[in-house]
Amino acid sequence: MEVNEQVAIDHGLKKEEYKKICDLLKRTPNLTELGIFSAMWNEHCSYKSSRLHLKKLPTTGKKVIQGPGENAGVIDIEDGDAIVFKIESHNHPSFIEPYQGAATGVGGIMRDVFTMGARPIANLNSIHFGSPQHKKTKNLLRGVVHGIGGYGNCMGVPTIAGQTSFDSSYNGNILVNAMTLGLVKKNKIFYSKAAGLDKPVIYVGSKTGRDGIHGASMASASFDEKIEEKKPTVQVGDPFTEKLLLEACLELMAGDSIIAIQDMGAAGLTSSSIEMASKGNLGIEINLNKVPCRENKMTPYEIMLSESQERMLIILENGKENHAKKIFDKWNLDFAVIGKTTNSKNIELYFDDKQVANIPVNTLVENSPMYDRKWKKAKLPKKNSIKKEILNKLKIKDVLTKILSNPNICSKEWIWQQYDHTVMGDTIQKPGGDSGVVRVHGTNKAVAATVDSSAVYCWAHPLTGGKQVVCESWRNLISVGATPIAITNCLNFGSPENEDNMGEFVECVQGIGEASEYLKFPVVSGNVSFYNQTKDVGIKPTPSIGGIGLIKDYGQMITMDFKKNSNLVIVIGKTEGHLNQSIFARSILDEKNGPPPEINLFNEKNNGETLLQLIKENYVKSAHDISLGGILTAVCKMCIKGNKGIEFNKIIYSMSELEYLFSEDQGRYIIEINPSDLKEVTKILEKNSVHFDELGKIIDKHMIINQKTKVTIDELKSYYTNWFNNYMST
Amino acid sequence: MKSSVITFPGSNCDRDMDVALKKFGFKNKMVWHDENELPKCDLVVLPGGFSYGDYLRCGSMASKSKIMKSVIDFANSGGLVMGICNGFQILVETGLVPGVLLRNKYLEFICKNVFVKIDNKDNPYFKNLDKEVFEFHIAHNEGNYFCTSDQLKEIEDNQQVAIYYSNEDGKTEEQFNPNGSTKNIAGIFNKKKNVLGMMPHPERMIDKSLSGEDGSVFFKNLISSIK
Repeated sequence: MEVNEQVAIDHGLKKEEYKKICDLLKRTPNLTELGIFSAMWNEHCSYKSSRLHLKKLPTTGKKVIQGPGENAGVIDIEDGDAIVFKIESHNHPSFIEPYQGAATGVGGIMRDVFTMGARPIANLNSIHFGSPQHKKTKNLLRGVVHGIGGYGNCMGVPTIAGQTSFDSSYNGNILVNAMTLGLVKKNKIFYSKAAGLDKPVIYVGSKTGRDGIHGASMASASFDEKIEEKKPTVQVGDPFTEKLLLEACLELMAGDSIIAIQDMGAAGLTSSSIEMASKGNLGIEINLNKVPCRENKMTPYEIMLSESQERMLIILENGKENHAKKIFDKWNLDFAVIGKTTNSKNIELYFDDKQVANIPVNTLVENSPMYDRKWKKAKLPKKNSIKKEILNKLKIKDVLTKILSNPNICSKEWIWQQYDHTVMGDTIQKPGGDSGVVRVHGTNKAVAATVDSSAVYCWAHPLTGGKQVVCESWRNLISVGATPIAITNCLNFGSPENEDNMGEFVECVQGIGEASEYLKFPVVSGNVSFYNQTKDVGIKPTPSIGGIGLIKDYGQMITMDFKKNSNLVIVIGKTEGHLNQSIFARSILDEKNGPPPEINLFNEKNNGETLLQLIKENYVKSAHDISLGGILTAVCKMCIKGNKGIEFNKIIYSMSELEYLFSEDQGRYIIEINPSDLKEVTKILEKNSVHFDELGKIIDKHMIINQKTKVTIDELKSYYTNWFNNYMST
Repeated sequence: MKSSVITFPGSNCDRDMDVALKKFGFKNKMVWHDENELPKCDLVVLPGGFSYGDYLRCGSMASKSKIMKSVIDFANSGGLVMGICNGFQILVETGLVPGVLLRNKYLEFICKNVFVKIDNKDNPYFKNLDKEVFEFHIAHNEGNYFCTSDQLKEIEDNQQVAIYYSNEDGKTEEQFNPNGSTKNIAGIFNKKKNVLGMMPHPERMIDKSLSGEDGSVFFKNLISSIK
C-alpha cells in the first residue's frame, strides 16, 4: 500500500503531523513505519495535549523512589520495603465490550506493577456509568463488574476498594479506571531503561495475534454511530496466562539476569521496544519472524501494532538466555530471542530477511508533537442561595431515606461481593470502608489505599474540584489511621480540541497540583484519557485520584463502624452549611447551580493531622470522613456498619437544621471517643485550633435527631442496601 | 506433622494455605504439579485458585496432572487429602468424592463470610471440635454442589456430608444457601472420610484482624487430631 496524506489521516494523524514525519525521516514512511508513528504519536501514548500541563504537578518528596515516567510510581514504606502503584483508564474498550474492556484494564495495570518487580497485593477501581435509567447502563455495569472480577479473582489479587458513580454525562462513554499496588524490596526494583550493546532482546508471554490492533488509536478518538465496528480493536484477556507470566517474571527477577523489562501494553511491541531504547539512548534491532504468532501470515505492520495481552519484552544479560528460557518453559510460556540492542539509536525491523522499518528512536519520542491547546478559564459560579421556606417544608427523615437510597450513596456490596477481596490473607479492611487496607505480609505494617473522584464538583468549578479530590483521598486515608504518602491520578476528560474541555483539564490539574503540593502528597504516576465523549458532548471532568498511606502498626487501624453504647460522637471541622452542588441540592431540590464547597488547604491539613494525632494516641474508636450527603449520611453509615444508633445532642444551629445535616463543607470527619477521654481530646483539638461539635452519643439501634425525628437503624439499612439489589434484579 | 500443598498452574491460595498450616504447627512443603511423587506426609492439600484458568471445566485439567496419580494412590491408601474451593473442584473431577460443582445459582462470583454446620464429627477432620457451627469465608463462581438422587441417598446413608451452609444457629434452610447447592451442601467426604472437599476457605480465617478466627479453631483441631 502506497503511503500518502490520506492514509496518514486514516491512521488518526493530522496533516501537519504527517508532514512532520516526512520531514524528520527526510522521506515518505512505508506503511509499517506509518503505523508505528501513528501508535506512538496518538494522544494515549504521546500525551501531546497534556504534557505541558502535567509537568507542573509536584512529583517528588522524601518518600518518592520513582515518580512519573516509568511503568508505575514507587514509594518508600520503610524497612527496605516499597510500594509500586498506578491507576490507568480503560474507558473506550469497556464501553465497546464491557467484559473484555474492563478485564484487560485490570490485567494491564497489574502488568505495569509486576514489570517493576513487585508482587501485586491489591487492586482498586473507579467505575462510572450513565444514568441508571439509560438502556445501556445495567448491561455495561454487569459486564464491567464481571470483567474486573474475572481477571482480578483469577490472578489471586484482592480487590480491596473502589468507587462507583452514575451520571447521565457517561451515558455514551463510561469510565473504567483500574489501580494496582504491588510490594517490592527497595533494592529489587526493575526499570525499563535499556543498557549495553548487543544484549539479547527477549519476548515472553502469550503469542501475538491480530487482536487490539490500533487499540491506543481507538482510545484517542471520540465515539460516533459506528462504534460497534470498533469491537475488533478491543483486546481479549487471559488472566490465567497473566498469572503464569507474573510467577515466571518474579522467578526470573529473583536472580540477576534482567537489565530492563517493559510490558507490552498500549501499542504493544512498538511502544515497549521504543521506550526501552529511548530511555537507554540505544537502538534496537528486531527480527519479526522470531516473534511468536498466534495466527498465520501476520504482517510486520500487524505484529508491531497488535495489542495482544500478557506479553513482556526483556533485555537480558548475555549468556542468561538458557536460564531464563527454563523458567518460562516451566510456566508453559512462549520465550523467544527476537533481537538485540544496537548503537544505531534507530529501531530497525527485519522480516523475511528484508529491512521493513528503520526509524530514529528520537523522532518517535522526543520529537513527538506537543500542543499548547487553547483553553477557557472557568468562572466560579455565583452562590445560589436556597430559600428557607423550601428547606422548612422538608422532613429530615424523608430527605435522609431518599439520600441513602440514591445510587451514588447507597451500598455497593452487590459489586464488591463479586470481587475476591480476601485472597492473599492480608486484607484487614474490606471494601465499603473509607480505604481498603492490606497488611505488608509478615510484618506489623499495613498499606491503605483509596480511589476517589468528584465529577460534579469538577464540573461546577474545575480548580476547586481538582483540589477537592486530592483532599478527599487524603481524608479517606487518615480516616483509617494511615499517614498519606502519595497519589496516582487518572485524568478522564472530553476532547482537548474543545476549549471548554481543555480548560477543565488544565484547571483540574492545577487544583490537583496545588492540593498535593500543600499536603505534601505528590503525584507519582498516572495516565490521561481524553476524548471521553460521544459526538460533541464530553463527560463531566473526572479526575480519579488513587491515594496510598502507611499504617505503621496495623493494630491502630480505624474502621467506621460505631463500636460502643454511650461513646461520644464528635464532628471535626467547621460546618458552614454549603449546599450548592451537594447531593441534597441536586437530588432533593433538583438545584444544579452554584459553586462546589470551598477548599481551605490549611484547615484540611490541620484537621487531618490533628485527627492522626488523636488516632496515634488511641483516642479514636471509629472515624469516617464527611463527604457526599454531609454529616447525617456519614453518621448513618457508621450506625449501619456498627449496628448501633445515635442520639443527637440538642444543638443550637447557626443555620437551618437541614443545612447543618446535609451540607458538604470540606475538611470534616466524624469520630467516636470514650466519654472519659473527652477532656483530653478537647484539649488536643483546641490546642491545634481545630473546630469541633459534640454531635451526640451512641445508643442501641435508633437514630434520634430531635423529638420529631426518630428512626430505626434497620429501616435506614434497608434504604441503604436495597437500591442496588433491586436495580440489578429487575 | 507433615503436610504437602500442591501448586498447579493458576493456583492462587497455595501461599495462604502454606501460611495457615505452618502457623498451626505443620511442617509444610510446596509440591509442583509436575512432580511424580508426593513427599512423605500426613496431609495433602489441594488449594484454591483457578488451576488451568478454569478452562474446559473447573478442576478438570488439574485432575489429570502428573502429581495427581500419586495423590490418588495416597488417598486410596487412607491418607488425608483435603481440597479447598478449586481443590474441591479437582477432587470431584478425580472421582475421589462424589458429585459435581456447577456455576453458582445467580451466575455471580460470591466473596463473603458464611456460616456452616458440621453434621458428623466421626472423622479425622472434625473429631474433637467442641462446636458445630463455624463462620468461614467463601470466594467462588462454581460452588453449586449437585449430585443425582441416587448419589444423594448414598451420600446421606454413609453420612458423607461434611458441612452444610447454615445460619449462625446452625439452621440449614434454603435461605442460607448462597449458591444453590443441593441440600445446602458446602463440603463432602469420600466413603472412608479421609478425603474432604469443601468450598469455604478456613485459611482466610486464621487471625482476628482478618475475616474471623474460626479457621484457627479448625486447623488447631486438625493438627491435634492427626497426632
